[in-house]
Amino acid sequence: MAERPEFAIVGKGERKVDGRALVTGKPVFVADLRLPETLHVKILGSPKAHARIRSIDVSAAEAMDGVACILTHENTPPTRHTTAGQGFPEPSPYDARMFEDKVRFVGDRVAAVAAETEAIAEAALAAIRVDYEELEPVLSIDDALREGAPVIHDEPDSTGIYDASRNIVADVDIDVGDVEAGFDGSDAVVEVVCETQYAQHTPIETHVVLSYLDSEDRLILRTSTQVPFHVRRIVAQTLGIPIRDIRVIKPRVGGGFGTKQEVLLEDIVGLVTLRTGRPALISLTRKEEFTSARTRHPMRVRVKLGAGEDGVLRAIEMEAISNTGAYGAHGLTVLANTGSKTLPLYNKAPNAHFFGQAVYTTLPVPGAYRGYGATQGYFPLETAMDELAERLGIDPIELRRLNHIRLDETSPIFEKLGEGREGVEQTVKSCELERCLQVGAERIGWAEKRGKKHRDGSWVPGVGMSIMMQGSGIPLIDMAAATLKMNEDGSFNLLIGATDIGTGSDTILAQIAAEVLAVPLDKMLVTSSDTDFTPFDVGAYASSTTYVSGMAVQRAAEKIRDQIFEVAASALGVASSELSLANESVVGPDGKSLSLADVCQRAMYESDQFQIAATASCVPTESPPPFLANFAEVAVDTETGRIKVLHYVAAVDCGVAINPVLAEGQMEGAIVNGIGYALTEEMLISSRGRVRNPSLFDYKIPGMLDIPKLEVILVESYEPTGPMGAKSVGEIGINGPIPTIANAVYDAVGVRLRETPFTPERVLRAIRDGSTA
Amino acid sequence: MTITVTINGTSKRLAIEPGERLFELLRREGYMGVKTGCGTGDCGACAVLLNGRAVNSCIVFAAKADGGEVTTVEGLERDGRLHPVQEAFLDEGGIQCGYCTPGMVIGAVDLLSRNPEPTEDEIRQGLSGNLCRCTGYVKQVRAVQQAAAAMKGGGNDG
Ligand code: FES
Ligand code: FES
Repeated sequence: MAERPEFAIVGKGERKVDGRALVTGKPVFVADLRLPETLHVKILGSPKAHARIRSIDVSAAEAMDGVACILTHENTPPTRHTTAGQGFPEPSPYDARMFEDKVRFVGDRVAAVAAETEAIAEAALAAIRVDYEELEPVLSIDDALREGAPVIHDEPDSTGIYDASRNIVADVDIDVGDVEAGFDGSDAVVEVVCETQYAQHTPIETHVVLSYLDSEDRLILRTSTQVPFHVRRIVAQTLGIPIRDIRVIKPRVGGGFGTKQEVLLEDIVGLVTLRTGRPALISLTRKEEFTSARTRHPMRVRVKLGAGEDGVLRAIEMEAISNTGAYGAHGLTVLANTGSKTLPLYNKAPNAHFFGQAVYTTLPVPGAYRGYGATQGYFPLETAMDELAERLGIDPIELRRLNHIRLDETSPIFEKLGEGREGVEQTVKSCELERCLQVGAERIGWAEKRGKKHRDGSWVPGVGMSIMMQGSGIPLIDMAAATLKMNEDGSFNLLIGATDIGTGSDTILAQIAAEVLAVPLDKMLVTSSDTDFTPFDVGAYASSTTYVSGMAVQRAAEKIRDQIFEVAASALGVASSELSLANESVVGPDGKSLSLADVCQRAMYESDQFQIAATASCVPTESPPPFLANFAEVAVDTETGRIKVLHYVAAVDCGVAINPVLAEGQMEGAIVNGIGYALTEEMLISSRGRVRNPSLFDYKIPGMLDIPKLEVILVESYEPTGPMGAKSVGEIGINGPIPTIANAVYDAVGVRLRETPFTPERVLRAIRDGSTA
Repeated sequence: MTITVTINGTSKRLAIEPGERLFELLRREGYMGVKTGCGTGDCGACAVLLNGRAVNSCIVFAAKADGGEVTTVEGLERDGRLHPVQEAFLDEGGIQCGYCTPGMVIGAVDLLSRNPEPTEDEIRQGLSGNLCRCTGYVKQVRAVQQAAAAMKGGGNDG
């Protein structure tokens, strides 16, 4: 494995560069900017799960004092597009319109009102008369796939749908070897089917956009987004205006987790501003966020494993059926990721089969959510591995050791299955999974605790484990660019399209640049992201920022370094190859040195003048996986069915942690989100398709009292293709809690949980039914 | 109606609407450090100190602040120095997106004023109404512990 060099700034838990503004409450979020004459925008959501709009009468609303603009399907562009903020051409179908005469879930857009105040906008919404022709709703995967099911997207102008007449958005089917032969040759075969629920990201800041015109009448969208450049492109497409007439500004963002990888509201406020010439603000209420923003794809996933007596896998089959709700945003790619981010982990299986479908229903719309399908795939995969270990009489850790991918190895899945199309071949160039397993097992006390059932009244403890991988960006698709320019006091502007949504990417990207240029972090002035001033970056998704944007920053910094050396070489009269950087100076061979400020002064004012500046790009050719070993100790109350997670250990191979505090923070946040997803979070949906618990009181995300003793251990490796040896860890942690807790519950009380969340009722039912697989 | 209220040390006479919440009043007056995550008292993003105690300003009537004293996160600095709780959140990595941070910091200031040496359980209990979706709370709990230690050592007591 490649050696890790000595770093000065990389590897330090530096304070976040935007931390001071945040902790003092500076007005840095979208809604903190107040502009005179701002209109307030509200959206009328459909009360029906599936209906055609026979007529819509806005005359009473329009006549109200203070109403400035009303948008419906009758006065807005009909362009089909996808709201999924993905690279172009998007792998999601063009099945959405701004507004349409058909609604497909409760909360779907019917109309929007812009008014002087929110109260007037709300009153106007109530005055809009809509005549609906109700259609039969489709409320489950099975419902959608049955013979004669209502066709949800029967319109002729949608494109990119696999089979609209059968409600199938996407279909994936790939084979490696011959799984049937593999199962025939196996000594033990296990098969499990797991189901995951509707769950929501719930960033504490909901979706919010402010739009206005600048002095040249260009449309400015100040928006809480993960994908500023995709927003610009998709809004231009939807509204039919040139890209050059739009500028997207991403200020601080109050969390995203995938839900803001979606162009959810920008088209509406943008059109209001274009029509009225006035600023317009929309900010979803928490209730609206629950009913009409995005969710995780609920899935039913079946996994079948076959292994020899020796524990080595002979065949893996995974079948996934994904509910992609009313629109197909991210439908294909989340489905594909369910296989592509899980199956390469067990590359010892010579035979593998992944297949599945994403189907429309008339339910809330899933989109991107941290983990992106892998979360749904690891639940059955890792519980099946636990069962297989028991069947074979092999310790679960040992079974993983026998089968997991290792350094210098590959998996045919990498090439067969990519981002909704073929993938990219790669070998693993950094992998410390072995050490993760060892450290994690020690920390949880695996050897002492596994399989010991010490009862404490009705509470029974147990331990479980699981392993996983993810990726670092999307190879040959993602692209990031970074610009650096130098100022005459020896500071630098780092201009990045990379989109810090709270992850700390501004800070770690500044650390990378500061490392290359040997300057302290406060000499890096970071700007992200503004489509007018920062270079292109696909945005914050697919665990791409550290690895992909980080490499662009490193390259830009190296180019700048070369320019600095050129200037210093002529000033000092030495060859640039003899120069090095230290302590904000260029140092020559004989101890002569020139401060960076002097270098820039010279370039700006004195001789051979030019701006020291550079832009560099990165398109990754591979996606090195981070690896994670999870261990949990739980206690199960056999009387109430309650699960308490007592201790959770996550040992993660993240390559070099550019900023260990922030890397740990990514893991801790993802794990706690995963614990909520495993135990309490569930959008309850009525028989008519309405979300029944649209509040943070009724939809229970973890608070401080709900978290276990949580230990994240960074087991660092050195990724030779990564910036400073780094890989990305934005997503991987969220995949762990479900299978790890499920396996621990089995160790405690001997029942298998197949359906999330693991509520007391479900656990109790499993105990009563004796669900032992 | 008109109320008199001292906000971050400055006394103000402010006209309020009937039924108006303290949250709306503060935002209207430009205290943008007061955030909203729910509007129903379930997340703590809107927390401010009212007469020294943390309240969720989205469920408190503005009228209740009449004659009282309000401190928002903008009012915690003293002589250009951050409050020890703010310093600790920066040092320990208790901030990711920072949207819950103002409410969380206000909650911690309130907690430490009542209980200068809280146990870990008391911190969790005391801040259980402040939701954060980014951090997983580990570093926030640690930040409160560090702030308690710093304040005991005779730092800025806010
Ligand atoms: S906004 Fe006040 S408690 Fe959530
Ligand atoms: S830091 Fe983002 S919600 Fe707490």
